[in-house]
Amino acid sequence: MFENLSLLTLQQYWWFLVSLIGALFIFTTFVQGGQTLLYKIAKNEKQRDVLVASLGRKWELAFTGLVMFGGALFAAFPLFYAVSFSGAYYVWMAILFCFIIQAVSYEYRKKPNNFLGKRTYEVFLFINGSLGIILIGIALGTLFTGGNFIKNDMNLSAWTLQSRGLEAILNPFNVAFGLTLFFLARVQASLYFLNNIAHKEIEIQTRIQLKNDAIFFVGFFVLLTIMLLTMSGFSYDMEGFYIEKYKFLSNFLATPILLILFLLGTIMVLYAIFISLFKNSTKGIWFSGIGTVLVTLSLLCLLGFNHTAIYPSLSDIQSSLNIENSSGSHYTLSVMGYVSLMVPFVLGYIVIVWRAMDKTKITSDEIQADKHHY
Amino acid sequence: MDNTLLVELSRAQFALTALYHWLFVPLTLGLSFIVAIMETIYVKTNNPEWKKLTKFWMGLFAINFAIGVATGIIMEFEFGTNWSNYSWIVGDIFGAPLAIEGLMAFFMESTFFAVMFFGWNKVSKKAHLLSTWLVAIGSNLSALWILIANGWMQHPVGMEFSVDTARFEMQNFFDVLFNPIGVSKVLHTVSSGYVMGSLFVVGISSWYLLKKRDILFAKRSIIVAASFGLITSIFLITTGDESAHEVAKKQPAKLAAMEGLYDGHKRAGIIAIGQLNTKKEIGDNNEDPFIWKIEVPYALSFLGYRDINAFVPGMNDLVYGNKEHGIEPVNEKIEKGKIAIKALRSYKDSKKQNDLQNAKIALKEFRKYEKYFGYGYISDPKKIIPPIGITFYSFHIMVGLGSWFAGLFLLMLYFSMIGKIENKRLLLRASLFSIPLGYIAGEAGWIVAEVGRQPWAIQDMLPVGMATSQLDTTAVIITMSLFTIIFTALLIAEIKIMITQIKLGQEEA
Ligand code: HDD
Ligand code: HEM
Ligand code: HEM
Repeated sequence: MFENLSLLTLQQYWWFLVSLIGALFIFTTFVQGGQTLLYKIAKNEKQRDVLVASLGRKWELAFTGLVMFGGALFAAFPLFYAVSFSGAYYVWMAILFCFIIQAVSYEYRKKPNNFLGKRTYEVFLFINGSLGIILIGIALGTLFTGGNFIKNDMNLSAWTLQSRGLEAILNPFNVAFGLTLFFLARVQASLYFLNNIAHKEIEIQTRIQLKNDAIFFVGFFVLLTIMLLTMSGFSYDMEGFYIEKYKFLSNFLATPILLILFLLGTIMVLYAIFISLFKNSTKGIWFSGIGTVLVTLSLLCLLGFNHTAIYPSLSDIQSSLNIENSSGSHYTLSVMGYVSLMVPFVLGYIVIVWRAMDKTKITSDEIQADKHHY
Repeated sequence: MDNTLLVELSRAQFALTALYHWLFVPLTLGLSFIVAIMETIYVKTNNPEWKKLTKFWMGLFAINFAIGVATGIIMEFEFGTNWSNYSWIVGDIFGAPLAIEGLMAFFMESTFFAVMFFGWNKVSKKAHLLSTWLVAIGSNLSALWILIANGWMQHPVGMEFSVDTARFEMQNFFDVLFNPIGVSKVLHTVSSGYVMGSLFVVGISSWYLLKKRDILFAKRSIIVAASFGLITSIFLITTGDESAHEVAKKQPAKLAAMEGLYDGHKRAGIIAIGQLNTKKEIGDNNEDPFIWKIEVPYALSFLGYRDINAFVPGMNDLVYGNKEHGIEPVNEKIEKGKIAIKALRSYKDSKKQNDLQNAKIALKEFRKYEKYFGYGYISDPKKIIPPIGITFYSFHIMVGLGSWFAGLFLLMLYFSMIGKIENKRLLLRASLFSIPLGYIAGEAGWIVAEVGRQPWAIQDMLPVGMATSQLDTTAVIITMSLFTIIFTALLIAEIKIMITQIKLGQEEA
């Protein structure tokens, strides 16, 4: 089946899959958003324990989503993996440190004799949820705005700036991307809490928090969209790469399905916020979840199709990467194509487990009674 | 450009992070199975004592698991951050098992982990037991795929060099999957995890017996873990022997270093224990390789080639060649490698100038010498021998400890069966002190495997010097220092929490 597809089709299929995995990961970052709200929503230690327990059942999903995103990029687009991770070294390393400290924090936070103290682990969770997410947004932003690298005819690459990726922080688009993701994660965290926890006070505080974050989120999202639609991007043809005005706007118009996904997703997220604020609904997370996946998917797909660079080079335009010059071989992409048939199966059991575990909402009593809880 | 320091630092950082990761992985591999066995006994007998026991060990499992995950994420990305040339040159083959690992194993582990911990009252007993087993299976699957990737570095198969993209491309996935080095590596490493899990449970239970508390609980745990440990340690020794056999066939320089063998012989013996003479060097030198040694005759020939008369090449044969046994000297390989490098360059240049005639000639030349390509980057023939001392001692420490563990489990099981285990205080103490020995054996094993592979990142294909990212050394120094600080802090936290939970015992923990 896969071996009969053309190389280009396989490359497009894999870019779509990588984008989908990235989009699912962005959805699961509600965990990170929630970690920044522990001291905002909870008014006391008991309430905080409930929030942590609620997030604690999901944190590994987000973590593994990031690992999977990296693994899929490595397997399908090894040159992108090599160029970006080594080039923007400090940014990626900082992201990794933000996740290293997350992984132990749930388990160790409340354990007796835990060496660093409870507050330290809560700070770890906060750093992961704030800095970690903003940096991920900045790193994703560079797929649109580019990086300072060159590659030679043996496809070996080097970065041309000493700042090693830190320069990305100075680009307004990247920053807007980071902040949008940050507030999105917080919005979704509130929606998740509303759905997952049965606790009157927490519910009231969550709705107040949701309103504040929603305002910032919408503001940054609008800004990001305007920047995206008006900026130039990198195109390529037989001759090589060149800069094109309004590149992403024209990609949207050339591929209306992406535009539809983008608009539909945006409406779903806004609808989720609306019903949660004004209709007392607790189902918002499902709409915003699907909406987030659709919007992120369409944004990442803007890069992989219509002769667009997936990683523009700011040092030497002809060194830029696209899905064609950075992918694995036809053989590997088709073998991995078969492997990708597992994706629905994995998503299936995640959904089944999620539903079985969250049939009844978390209550404060449940947490107090279980000494194994985080 | 001289990048020796950068390469050394990148290796040191990889070694540091991998050795840390390996402090936690074996326990995950072993304890997950032991816990699953205990829970199975609970479900079969419906005895709440077994549930308590399961939950206690599960608690310790979780403390270890969290830090295993924390140290794991960096490994996944370090290939890109610090070994970017490697990631491009072999990513077409190497990336696949890593991605499969994520999809097949990590999601399974992390999804069912939540059920295993928080699902006691939320799903049925059977569904819970299934989840516990799936966590165990998931963690073992993750070991499987990463070890296949590692096995491929030791013995690259199933690929071809593509001159147009200037990298290796996969030709046959199943060759990669069923690579003999990979298979023996998977079996040996996974079983080393089971042994580690057993040592942990047996050792801690022995401590309870020494303290005369939680007696019944401790004895039950010992029976389960010592049985599991005895079976798996026999398997560990068998697969270790098989690993050495594969190393002999595929990585003779590693084997020679493991055994401190300078001059090859027929009917070569194994050094059971000995002290290397540091004055001895490769090349003509009349020094004796050992200051003292105890040797088991014929054993190395048998271990390596399953024939006591087989010739085992020594380091001198491998460096300077041995006509009689068909071993080519390294300096000839280096010359041929240089021709291959030149031919590739000329191919690329001719292509650029559209000189198809010349490109064709260059390509033919390249294909002729292609298998020596990696040697073209080796500066000195002696460098194809890995560091001898560290490889030799690590190997002997591992083997010695492996034999001890099998004996320990046998004794523990025997005295438990005849009901005398509480009185064997020396044995109980020995089994408590064997917990750290288990970690030492495992780390030593990886040092044999990875230091013994030097100077190659991919055996005979890609020297480590070619594999790194072009980074400033300061960047690597900064990250390595941060890793050292953070991982050490987390390790201290883990140990303190673990000890506290153990002291609290199964009632309170
Ligand atoms: C509890 C840990 C433990 C114990 C007791 C042993 N091993 Fe081991 N050994 C490992 C844990 C380990 C490991 C950590 O799993 C390694 C590192 C890489 C690998 O493939 O497995 C390893 C590697 C390794 C290698 C190198 C494989 C390679 O380079 O690819 C050999 C030849 C052996 N072992 C042989 C043995 C023998 C003959 C043993 C006899 C008792 C033994 N090991 C006990
Ligand atoms: C250098 C290569 C390695 C890489 C890239 C790597 C990657 C990772 C990652 C990303 C995780 C976190 C998974 C999660 O999201 O839940 C992890 C955990 C794990 N890894 Fe590794 N790993 C490496 C070496 C190994 C080896 C050699 C083994 C086993 C033989 C192993 C077995 C495991 C297991 C069982 C876990 C589960 C959690 C735990 O460690 O307690 N890994 N690894
Ligand atoms: C978790 C168990 C592992 C341990 C303890 C370990 C240990 C080490 C050590 C000690 C080195 C340094 C060797 C030297 O500089 O002489 C090293 C290097 C390296 N290892 Fe491993 N290793 C492990 C697993 C793996 C796996 C599973 C892979 C690949 C999938 C791998 C790939 C590498 C690479 C790429 C390097 C750097 C290049 C080099 O020095 O060869 N390691 N490792």
